[in-house]
Order: sequence, then structure tokens, then C-alpha cells
Amino acid sequence: MSETILTLTDVVVAFDALRAVDGVSLTVPRGQRRAIIGPNGAGKTTLFNAIAGAVPPTSGKIVFNGHDVTNLPPHRRAQLGISRTFQITNLFPTLTVQDNMILALRGLSQRKFSLFGKPDTDTTEAPRIAAALTAARIGERAGVIVKEMSYGEQRQLEIAISLVTTPTMLLLDEPAAGLSPSERSMVAEIIRSLDRDITVVLIEHDMDLALGLVDYVTCMFEGRVLVEEPPEGIRRNKQVQEVYLGKPRHA
Amino acid sequence: MTMDPHAPRPSLLAGLTGRAAAIAAVVVIAASGLPLVLSNYQVGLATEVLIFGILAMSIDILAGFAGRTSLGHGAIFGVATYVVVYCTAQAGLPPVASFALGVLAATAVAAVFALLAVRTSGVYFLLLTLALGMIVWGVCLRWTQVTGGENGMRGDVRPVLLLGHHAFYWAVLAGAAIVSFAMWRFVRSPFGLTLRGIRDSESRMRSLGYNVPLHLFIGFTVSGFFAGVAGALYAMFNNFVSPSTVALAQSVEGVLMMIAGGVGTLFGAFVGAAAIIALENVVSAYTERWQMVLGVTFVLIMIFAPEGITGKLRNMLSRKVR
Repeated sequence: MSETILTLTDVVVAFDALRAVDGVSLTVPRGQRRAIIGPNGAGKTTLFNAIAGAVPPTSGKIVFNGHDVTNLPPHRRAQLGISRTFQITNLFPTLTVQDNMILALRGLSQRKFSLFGKPDTDTTEAPRIAAALTAARIGERAGVIVKEMSYGEQRQLEIAISLVTTPTMLLLDEPAAGLSPSERSMVAEIIRSLDRDITVVLIEHDMDLALGLVDYVTCMFEGRVLVEEPPEGIRRNKQVQEVYLGKPRHA
Repeated sequence: MTMDPHAPRPSLLAGLTGRAAAIAAVVVIAASGLPLVLSNYQVGLATEVLIFGILAMSIDILAGFAGRTSLGHGAIFGVATYVVVYCTAQAGLPPVASFALGVLAATAVAAVFALLAVRTSGVYFLLLTLALGMIVWGVCLRWTQVTGGENGMRGDVRPVLLLGHHAFYWAVLAGAAIVSFAMWRFVRSPFGLTLRGIRDSESRMRSLGYNVPLHLFIGFTVSGFFAGVAGALYAMFNNFVSPSTVALAQSVEGVLMMIAGGVGTLFGAFVGAAAIIALENVVSAYTERWQMVLGVTFVLIMIFAPEGITGKLRNMLSRKVR
């Protein structure tokens, strides 16, 4: 069995009386593709935010790549190699794709404080930006202003931005939300062709899309882990069908 | 020899491409020829345009690139004017030292403004900078022993070498060219890009690891430094300072020049300054109600060219090229 990259132990996230995440424990091995599924309100996004650092857990422990990150702010986790996308597109709309990528890349370097320096990318930056744009299939669009791109392309840029910092683990929050079927398959193709060294954890409502992409699935319900199984098992699992479709009525 | 396709374009002067450098050179040469065809009075007006153009540009750094419109820059400008006049007339310092102290004082005031204002945005930023500017105005009005109160201060600030109208104009032109180049470099620099990122999405900048208030603080302080340069030049231009130099009207005028020229165009500031100063002087020759004419002009600009004069021209040109 390969080594573990992410371990959650009894993680609870409570908003006053509501325990949105209620004692979740899970382990993700390095390089795995993991989907977190579940009906609305199951606590998927809250769990995600706890892993990314946007919401601190109320109790429990999160260990990433040997570091206890339970109480670290998002930018410190980013430095350790956790990168995320947002469910609602959050880009720099009036800047070019290239400038969006530069901002993403320089967040962790000191070059952002160069007050009168040259704007061009240097020899280490340019290839990384080109590689991330190619991986997201928008390699030809570097000079385009973001607000002039289609929504699908903006989602692709969202992925490219999270890739450019060469993360160890990528968190994808509903990467295909709001996309047309053809755009969906494009995004699925991008995720499938990512470097196998990158651990991917994704939330997705579209079961077919999610199950076709991942090695292992965690199904959540009411803040807890309901089942953890490979995709084939999940498709046949009675409990999962019940939480998604409701209990079959017996006359 | 083979060319590396990824090599940066050849640049003449620190990132200035050939065409931009040529345009800049033509503009500066044309501007330096102006005194030969203008009357002394008009040369004075042209000098004023350059000084206020620098002020409007410094406001544009924040408004056009960081998305924060300041109504306190007139006060920062005026602090430099006050300090320069005080240092030469009262403390007897040489003009160069006074000039440096004036710019330094304006930068320090801008840093204090920045500390208080960087956590706000939108209308709150506008109101906070307005209030801070009013405090400076109040101090200048009431601290009579130092500032001369309502009467202001007079002093021969200008160095002997620059006493003539033409010599002073050329000196200001050289100064304006240098600070314009510096501001242009600043907004295009890696740091300038972070300001544009903050304008577009503060939350994304934070999640990428940027300390947003720190970046705004630096941006505001640098912008205040340039406003201070304009204010110090104004002291030498006017040889006089009074509370109206730090008043709200000064800040508003700077913002209006910036908007008329075009927010985010940087060099449009000079066009805006020229338009407004020309309008003031031409119209006031015919009617006392020149401010009404100014107001109407503004409404018309907002309706027909909300992107400003320079922005409008740029859009029309790029449409033609397509």
C-alpha cells in the first residue's frame, strides 16, 4: 500500500448548534483520485473548506504530508502544496489569462514586491505558466482578457491557476458545475490527464462524471461518512441510492 | 545566429519598446518647444498643467489600478507645498533641501492616511480619505503661528537659476517626464500587477497568498510620494501657499482631471489637466459662472465619454485599426 498524504481524524466543524461536519475520519493515499459525494447539505463543501483552511475545524486533526495543518491559515497550506479551485468562478476578469497566471504564480514568491521591475516573466516562470495552461487545454489563449472568455474556458483557467503552483494535492470544488455536456467532458478529460503524482480530491454533484474520474469514493450524509468504496461498489450500493433517491416505499 | 522565440522583445530604455519611446520623445520635444510660441502667461498655464497632471496621475495609480479613488490627495499635495514654503521662507533652508523635505513630509502623511484607509474600499475609502484631508485642512487653517492661518505664507521659493518663466517651465517639464516614467514603470511592475489583481478580486488575491492591506499600503504611500512631488513643484510655481491649497476642492479637482483624462490611462491625466485648466481660464474670461460651465462639461463627458478623453480616443483608434 502506498503512503498516506492526507489524514483526517474525527474532524468536526460546527456552526453554533449545527454540526455541518460531524466526526469525519478519512485517509487519502498519495496520488489517489478521490471523490466526495453526497446529497445537498451533507457537509461536502464544509469538509472541503476545513481541508483547504477556509474554515477552521472545531475539533479533530488534519495531517497533510506529515505536517499537522489543523490550525494553519490558507496561504500557509498553499505553501505546503495544497491548491484549490472555487465552486463559484473567482478570477481577475479585466486582466489577461497570462496576468492571471502570473499573479497565481507570484503569490508565493518575493517577486510580487518588485516596485519598479520589469513586468515580463523570467525563465523559471514562463515554462511553468505554459505547462499549466497546456494541461488545462487553454495554451493558445494566454493573451485573451478573461471576461471575454466563455464560462467553460474560465473554469479551465480556474484549474490552470491551481496547477501553476505545482501542488502536491489539488482540491476541486465542483469543477464542472454549470457547464454544458461537451464542456463537462472537456473538464473530465483535463482532470483525467493530470499528472498521476498529484493527489486529487474533488466534490461533484454529477455522479456519472465523478465516478468515471476517480479511484475511490467517499459518500457523505448528514455530516458523517456513510460509505467509502471504489466507484463500481458505489454504483450498486443500496445505502447510497437511498440517500440520493429516498427510501423505496414498501406497500 | 538563431533567434530564441521566447527572448523578450528588444527594449531601448528599461522596458520601453521602440514605438512607445518614440512617441514619448516626440511629446516631450513638442512640449519643450511650447514656450517659443506661447506668451509668458500661457507658459505659466502650461506649467500649471504639468504640475496638476502629476497630481492627477498619482491619483490614477490608486483609482485606475487599485480601484480606490482617494479624495485626500489634494491634502497630501498641499502638505508638500506648505513644508516647502515654510522651509525656505521661515527656516531659511536652500530650495533643494526644502523640496526634499516637502516630498518627504507628503509621503509620511500619505503613509498615515494609508494605515487608516487600506482596510476599506468603495465609498468608505472615499469618505475616509475625504475626512483625513479635512483634518489636514483644519490644521493648516488653525495653526496660525506656523502656517499663517487664513492669510497663508509667502516666500521666494524658486531657486535663482529657475526664476525665468521659460527656465522654470523646462525644469518642470523635465521633472514631469521623469516622474511620469517612474509611475508608468510602477503600474506595469510585478507589484503594479498585484494592485490590478486586488482591484479585480481581493478574495482571490488572499487565497493566492497575498497580504492585501500591505500591498494597498505600499501603493498608497508611493502614490502619495508622487502627489508630494507635484505639491513641492507647485510651491515653487506659486511662491505662496494658503489653506485653499490643501482644501477638499484641490482633491476634487485632481480627481476630476483624472476622470476627464480617463481613469486607468495614466498619461490621460495631462490631457484632463490641460482640458480643465484651459476651460477655467477661457471661460472665466467671459463669465463669472465658469464653474457652472465646468459642471455641465463634466456631465457631458460622463454621458458621452465615461472612459475619459484619452480612453475615448484610444477606443476609437483601436476600432479603426480592426
